[in-house]
Amino acid sequence: MIVSRSRFPVALFVLGTMLAALTMLAISVGSFPVPLPKVIAVLWAALTGADAEVADNMRVVVLQVRAPRVIAALAVGAALASAGAGYQNLFRNPLVSPDILGVSAGCALGAVTGILLSLPFLLIQAFAFGGGIVAVGLVLAVGAWVRGGDRVLTLVLTGVVVGSLFGAGVAFVKVLADPYNQLPAIVYWLLGSFTGVLPKDLVVALPLIAIGLVPLALLRWRINLLALPDDEARALGVNVGKLRIAVIAAATLMTSAAVAVAGVIGWVGLVIPHAARLLVGAEFARMLPVSALLGGAFMLLVDTACRSVGRTELPPGVLTALIGTPVFIWLLALTFRRRP
Amino acid sequence: METFLRIVFMLALLSSTGAAAARTFVDDAGRKVELPDKVERVYAAGPPASVLVFALAPDKLIGWTRAFRPDEAAWIPKKYADLPELGRLTGRGNTANVEVILKAKPDLIIDVGSTNATFASLADRVQQQTGIPYILLDGRLDTTVQQLEKLGGVLGAETRARELSAYASKLLDGLKSRIAAVPADKRPDVYYARGPQGLTTGLRGSINVEMIEFLGAKNVAGSETGGLATVGREQVILWDPQVIVTNDPNFYTDVWKDPVWAASLSAVRKKRVYLSPHLPFGWFDFPPGANRLIGLVWLSEILYPELFKPDLKREIATFYRLFYHREPTPQQIDVLLAEPGVAPR
Repeated sequence: MIVSRSRFPVALFVLGTMLAALTMLAISVGSFPVPLPKVIAVLWAALTGADAEVADNMRVVVLQVRAPRVIAALAVGAALASAGAGYQNLFRNPLVSPDILGVSAGCALGAVTGILLSLPFLLIQAFAFGGGIVAVGLVLAVGAWVRGGDRVLTLVLTGVVVGSLFGAGVAFVKVLADPYNQLPAIVYWLLGSFTGVLPKDLVVALPLIAIGLVPLALLRWRINLLALPDDEARALGVNVGKLRIAVIAAATLMTSAAVAVAGVIGWVGLVIPHAARLLVGAEFARMLPVSALLGGAFMLLVDTACRSVGRTELPPGVLTALIGTPVFIWLLALTFRRRP
Repeated sequence: METFLRIVFMLALLSSTGAAAARTFVDDAGRKVELPDKVERVYAAGPPASVLVFALAPDKLIGWTRAFRPDEAAWIPKKYADLPELGRLTGRGNTANVEVILKAKPDLIIDVGSTNATFASLADRVQQQTGIPYILLDGRLDTTVQQLEKLGGVLGAETRARELSAYASKLLDGLKSRIAAVPADKRPDVYYARGPQGLTTGLRGSINVEMIEFLGAKNVAGSETGGLATVGREQVILWDPQVIVTNDPNFYTDVWKDPVWAASLSAVRKKRVYLSPHLPFGWFDFPPGANRLIGLVWLSEILYPELFKPDLKREIATFYRLFYHREPTPQQIDVLLAEPGVAPR
């Protein structure tokens, strides 16, 4: 793995450049035609506070519609991929995704309950966020109550069980929902979408994602050690129990905030950490930043494709699954063939 | 197992021959259904069917697919509002228990809506399983008159059916003939906003936007055919519809406060965003049944303010008396029309 150590700065640089180019591309394309020079003029004016000689409509489209959407896609992708990376390291299992502890199911139940009660959109988002936190809190509480045995295994099993309980709750709400109005709204929410993202959504979501991401980044060297068996990590002076809770809390916060903004979007948290591992090796300290960058780029690419296919939009969850499945299989083959 | 199957088969045979099969009715899916001589108890499998049966023969309706909420119940006679909730049988959100329906002893099941192969086979299955004749009627807006006439014959409510279909055909033909003269450039671009964000809409041919198409306006999302779809904010800004119709109160409240919509949509600037009334049944889209007739009167003035000046209060009184069996009080009508988003400004 010496090779990948020297690869790390190169990978960061390449990914960073790619991300910047992709962001520029994403903000320049869309159904409302805004010529590239005008896009640049609007952005420049927004940064410097100068007046842009651009029609009001174009300014609104670039600054209020596209920019928040691009930022949301970047943040959600980075959040889901980082949470996935954290969990895969924590559970020492590459098949783990951010919803292993039931966070998506909890968010989904919160959101569909909000739709059933015909709440305004901001409250629906709040319900989604709260639902994710409640689900994982429940898993941790049950895990603590069960005690004994393999702690990690207990958590995973509890996560599966709580996840399916909340999933049943979602199914129940669907039955209760008004089939003409609420049911389609629920279905669309469950498929995930960035279509309605507004600047005010970001004001809430970005800090929450940052609160999750910063501790993961600061603790990255210690989190590395969680990949070791518990007693070895303890021998190296790591408080395994506390660190584990910290990772879970950070990942839950990020995922809940991401799902509250964009709905349930699968595969990013599972596939991206694999790709990152392939690029720079399994060490968490290097995998985390690469996962975040790669996740943001992937999500942005997917969302840009979703809104560019036609006048109506594709749900990004469908596209991530379409791309994620073959890529995952390919990564799997690549990983196993490398090993002797 | 074999004996069991044989018994089931014989029971099915018995029930189909046992009923007095005096009439054969060919439904809109092309299914031949034997109808009993006299239909007294009808189970309506979905909300559009409920509205139609309730309008034609309320005393034959044995229940609703969903219980009325208090604000809805206030608009129809109490004895009908108090009918039990039986759930819906077909289509989205299938909630009915066949045993509950059997216990309610209907002698006919009616569904109004889509008549495609899926619904036809569902009807066949339920009919075989229960032995109760099950008919399907095409629920499109422009067949409302035929729906009323056909169902009137089936239910033995020909007199009422004549009255209601005469009303409906006068209303529909009147609108159609006056709109036919409107030149293309006077027909407004309309966007139908669904969901709390208003970013779900109906494509061309979807039952949800029939009213826009019937009134000759241009559905901005109509260049693609299909059902419901999600669209981006940018696309809505690009369409810049002249009129926005919604049935989501949250969207209606938010649209005025949203900086993006306010800055970029002329419909918002010119205050041409409308929230459809929903009591006791919706005026636009849901359920997609005969309840939309009064919605057409309302929407005609919104879309063509120079052409149509209906006396909405009188129209409501007439329609509700004919179809819902009770003329609303003037106070009720005032409250309904004063709800935000209803009145054209």
